[in-house]
Amino acid sequence: MNLAEGVQLVTLIILSVMMIGAALGVVLFENIVYSAFTLGAVFISIAGLYILLNADFVSAAQILIYVGAVNVLILFAIMLVNKREAFKPLPRRWIRKVSTAFVALALFTLLATMVLQTNWAVDLSLSPPASSVETIGIHFFTDYLLPFELASILLLMALVGAVVLARRETIIGEETAIVGEEPAPVLELPERPKEPIA
Amino acid sequence: MNPGIDLEQRFVETLVELGLTPGVAKTIWLPIPMLLMIIGATVGVLVSVWLERKISAAAQQRIGPEYIGPLGILAPVADGIKLVFKEDVVPANTDPLLFTLGPIMVVIPVFFSYLIVPFGQNILITDLGIGIFFWIALSSIAPIGLLMAGYSSNNKYSLLGGLRAAAQSISYEIPLALAVLAVVMMSNSLSTIDIVNQQSGYGILGWNVIRQPIGFLLFWIAALAECERMPFDLPEAEEELVAGYQTEYAGMKFALFYLGSYVNLVLSSILVAVLYFGGWDLPIPATMIADWINVDPNNAIFELVTAGLGLVMTLLKAYFFLFLAILLRWTVPRVRIDQLLDFGWKFLLPVGLVNLLITAGLKLALPFAFGG
Repeated sequence: MNLAEGVQLVTLIILSVMMIGAALGVVLFENIVYSAFTLGAVFISIAGLYILLNADFVSAAQILIYVGAVNVLILFAIMLVNKREAFKPLPRRWIRKVSTAFVALALFTLLATMVLQTNWAVDLSLSPPASSVETIGIHFFTDYLLPFELASILLLMALVGAVVLARRETIIGEETAIVGEEPAPVLELPERPKEPIA
Repeated sequence: MNPGIDLEQRFVETLVELGLTPGVAKTIWLPIPMLLMIIGATVGVLVSVWLERKISAAAQQRIGPEYIGPLGILAPVADGIKLVFKEDVVPANTDPLLFTLGPIMVVIPVFFSYLIVPFGQNILITDLGIGIFFWIALSSIAPIGLLMAGYSSNNKYSLLGGLRAAAQSISYEIPLALAVLAVVMMSNSLSTIDIVNQQSGYGILGWNVIRQPIGFLLFWIAALAECERMPFDLPEAEEELVAGYQTEYAGMKFALFYLGSYVNLVLSSILVAVLYFGGWDLPIPATMIADWINVDPNNAIFELVTAGLGLVMTLLKAYFFLFLAILLRWTVPRVRIDQLLDFGWKFLLPVGLVNLLITAGLKLALPFAFGG
């Protein structure tokens, strides 16, 4: 084993431990802010694993999108709301717990069978592509064109939806309020009430 | 393109001649550029703090630091030493773990970004294939540290400052990335080395600022906002928020925030120079100078001189932009938070998209000038 392989092995172990530990933290912390921060640690360790697999572009994209956007937005939402309330004990809570355990166990079995049945022997003679960005781009515009375009449409729909939800409509041209003799200056435009979402 | 001087190869060869195996020689080489870069970045911060004090003083017709060393040049060192020896106060009811982690999360990504900063053809730590994208990805980690600091301080001003910092950072990252994308499209590569090489050869006429004037303005504005410099320093607006997320910090933890913000400013200035002002490229092409003084461009001494000049050029350009940033601090008033977000989303973002579209069109129409 030379230096590079040793470094790779140690990094793999550190990253895996970090990822599993942080993932457990996400689930087990009582404080939701801690869960959100440990989620960031999970994303960063996944990015590290991508680097070990020679996928440098994917790993940078992982950090940019998941850590820089998704996780920051989650934290943002938690901190803006910042509401603490104790959960009320629900009647028949055990039904939820049992069904959750069942679903989690089923997923685990599925993934475990997949891991055990797949042939992991990799052809080591293949060298990684010189530029992963170019390879990904070529695939996007040839054999994965349809999923790529569908994903763009999905993002566009999300964008339009966000604008519709956040837009405030003001009523322009309404009568100004009259206080005493002089018309009082209008300091803000009246807002049109939002239509209830059916 | 001449390959320039390869320091790594020379260093390894020298050690091998001294009787070490090539593997050991390479292992000894590995940490040296990183250490050099960290020291360089820290010294760059000291210089920029001194410049900030002196230029601010000049802008207000004062003298500024004068007695600490010649021209007050040791003032930032004194600042640093003072901060190191200060008591590390952790206020009551804070979250001590997050309170400590916050500044660390802000500083580390900034120093990491120096991996891709080039000072010459081979004078950089590593020429990553994803180059400039690496910097964009890393700079998106900092808001998490800011949120952490704001949340854990148990102080309303800190929390507001942290939230503002995160909102600002997310909003201005998009125009920044769009401006960089236009440059990347012209150079057909994300690597910082390729971006500079694509601009070199014609001296000052080949620099990207001539082909990408809108992109340059976009990038500069967004970079100032990312560094929380004056027109956009809302997260720590002292009239509104005391000091934003830094309010409760003292001693070395505060020093980390301070260091991080200046390292980030120097880094952004260097990247403006690299992306739009030809990096280490001289205003007059090196081959032309070689012609004038009748020297072979591949002469070892000439190469050494141009490499040194390139390093100086990069720093000169970077410090020119640092100077501009400091001048802006004393000339432009601070914007309001709603104006800031409006400006980012409703003005810079559409302009960035149009700039990208125009660049793509010009690239198809005039492939010789816009990198076919």
